[in-house]
Amino acid sequence: MAYNFKEAVKKPERLAGGHRMCAGCGAPIVARQVLRALKPEDHAVIGGATGCMEVSTFLYPYTSWKDSFIHNAFENVGATVSGAEAAYKVLKKQGKMEYDTKFIAFGGDGGTYDIGLQSLSGAMERGHDMVYVCYDNGAYMNTGIQRSSGTPKYADTTTSPAGKVVPGKQQWRKDLTEVVANHFIPYVAQTAPMGNMKDLYEKAEKAIYTPGPAFMNVLAACPRGWRYDTPDLMEITKLAVDSCYWPLYEVINGREYNITYMPKNKIPVADFLKAQGRFKHVFKKGNEYMIEEIQKEVDSRWENLLKLAGQA
Amino acid sequence: MAIRERLSGNEATAVAMKQINPGVVAAFPITPSTEVPQYFSSFVADGVVDTEFVAVESEHSAMSACIGAQAAGVRAMTATSANGLALMWELLYIASGSRLPIVMACINRALSGPINIHNDHSDSMGARDSGWIQIYSETNQEAYDNMLMAHRIAEHKDVLLPVMVCQDGFITSHAIENIELVEDDKVKAFVGEYNPEFYLLNKENPIAVGPLDLQAHYFEHQRQQAEAMKNAKKVILEVSDEFEKMTGRKYGLFEEYNTKDADVCVVVLNSTAGTAKYVVDQLNEQGKKVGIIKPRVYRPFPVDEIVDALAKFKAIAIMDKTDSFNAAGGPLFSDITSAMYAKGVFGPKVINFTYGLGGRDVKAEDVEAVCNEVLKVAETEKVESVYNYIGVRE
Ligand SMILES: Cc1ncc(C[n+]2csc(CCOP(=O)(O)OP(=O)(O)O)c2C)c(N)n1
Ligand code: SF4
Ligand SMILES: [Mg+2]
Repeated sequence: MAYNFKEAVKKPERLAGGHRMCAGCGAPIVARQVLRALKPEDHAVIGGATGCMEVSTFLYPYTSWKDSFIHNAFENVGATVSGAEAAYKVLKKQGKMEYDTKFIAFGGDGGTYDIGLQSLSGAMERGHDMVYVCYDNGAYMNTGIQRSSGTPKYADTTTSPAGKVVPGKQQWRKDLTEVVANHFIPYVAQTAPMGNMKDLYEKAEKAIYTPGPAFMNVLAACPRGWRYDTPDLMEITKLAVDSCYWPLYEVINGREYNITYMPKNKIPVADFLKAQGRFKHVFKKGNEYMIEEIQKEVDSRWENLLKLAGQA
Repeated sequence: MAIRERLSGNEATAVAMKQINPGVVAAFPITPSTEVPQYFSSFVADGVVDTEFVAVESEHSAMSACIGAQAAGVRAMTATSANGLALMWELLYIASGSRLPIVMACINRALSGPINIHNDHSDSMGARDSGWIQIYSETNQEAYDNMLMAHRIAEHKDVLLPVMVCQDGFITSHAIENIELVEDDKVKAFVGEYNPEFYLLNKENPIAVGPLDLQAHYFEHQRQQAEAMKNAKKVILEVSDEFEKMTGRKYGLFEEYNTKDADVCVVVLNSTAGTAKYVVDQLNEQGKKVGIIKPRVYRPFPVDEIVDALAKFKAIAIMDKTDSFNAAGGPLFSDITSAMYAKGVFGPKVINFTYGLGGRDVKAEDVEAVCNEVLKVAETEKVESVYNYIGVRE
């Protein structure tokens, strides 16, 4: 069914308000949109890795999740949800499940790119019928903004501080979307909560309703870690996408690449960086080389993606 | 009619799992427990169980998947040893803290390092305070029987705790012994259907598992968990009674062997108790008054019962197949001596022997030396050395 913003927002909310995530945080928007893609009649078992989203939405004795929810540990939401999905399969086989249940795992970039990578990889490789959603805010926000392998180069974090000698994180971001695409699973998508949420919604719907494992890497800005004003959330997400720092695309069966959003005017990555306090130091005099380096890397990754999508 | 068979401890465990027919088995290979998932996956491949076998990429994921599966509403089982159990550590506490009655076969093996594949108890002993019920098994028959009882104990509404059934790696896991199996239909009736009150897959009553639980409630939840562990003792005895009615095989919290007329006692777990029985039989014939106590249920620790049983002895030797590296004796020694003190039993003299680490062969002579030492302590009323090692080159 074609995406209809007005219809989509009329669907019942599956993540209740009143949770404790910061104002201007991208993560709960991502979760709500993903859940919106569920058919109203379908039940969901949702897993959450330890991180900002989990601790803010499920503080005993309250939960924001209207579906069933399980938090196990930081690094194992992939395996945890795969166990729940296996339980569902056996009950279906035994004729004990009357309705359809969908399985969705949410993990931050720390819980997904780093400590939970093995658990994610295992779950995808084994072929469980589940969706793993990484909400990527580019650092360990819950413990106070430490670097992850999803943190962009030169970002100032509390374990890669921009100091007098070392100017922030020294390594490039791991391209996790590509890592997972190379598992040759049915569906992989990179997306962001942007505009009327069409891209995110449609990909979530495909991910949830494509049989077998699916992975979504979703940019989820964080005003605390990125240091922007909370009302700028949507604007900053758009800058990430329009600069091709965060391209929107999908990969079917690890082979068929579709770029789902082509920026009309590819803007300089400096526009995205300038909006954030964590990159303040790269705009200091003498640091121009950093912006140049970042631009070069963004361009090269974008060109590579164009090639993969047959659009180069 | 019971079925006579000859099975290794691992195969007996796998056969028990087959008869239980759990919803999910998630496991990862590690010697000496590897055969359990091997046998079990062949049951899956041949369609003799309904189980979903999840061939995870690590033990960490094995326990994580078990937690997900059990919370979702089915029985989840696994088997592991040593480093595999160590890798599960974080999740052991989450399983028990989430009150999920998962059942695991722990095929005891020495923890690294250095790496070693043979038997001692450093793996499960390290997990003794993880909130899991721990049941130890001397023989293949006991490993099988304990497995059949495990779910009834774990899932009891006054308990709701995970259970670890331990047996000695290689010594029982790989040795083929005569065994009496219970018929499939009887096992099915004994174990029963799993009907959890709350579970993730219930659309009518969705639940949330594993909250952030801070100062306001965490302590109460831990307190409830402590109470559940206390309740487990009674439940274990009830289930064991029922099991005896079905099979004629009697199980308690611990086994007493030739203790009636004994002056001294050796306390020892798992397969070494078999060696000790052989030794004690001979010593008794020579008029030496020594008996054995073999704990079966180590968690919950049966403080009252074990102290009652030990109070009459002049001297006790407690054998630990692990070193606590605390310069103060092994875990069994610490638990028994503290229980005796707490109960005001100061009569018996107590000594500790660390033995058999890393699969060092435990010979009849070793156990005999322990017996003679504890007899000497009783006779002289003097303890020359509390903390001792046996069978090691010094
Ligand atoms: C094994 C383990 N190591 C460390 C932690 C501490 N910890 C909890 S959440 C977290 C960071 C989460 O980062 P991410 O996954 O990116 O989620 P975010 O908080 O950014 O949303 C860390 C380091 C933990 N809970 N468990
Ligand atoms: S710290 Fe960042 S990621 Fe965490 S809740 Fe606040 S805005 Fe969201
Ligand atoms: Mg993060």
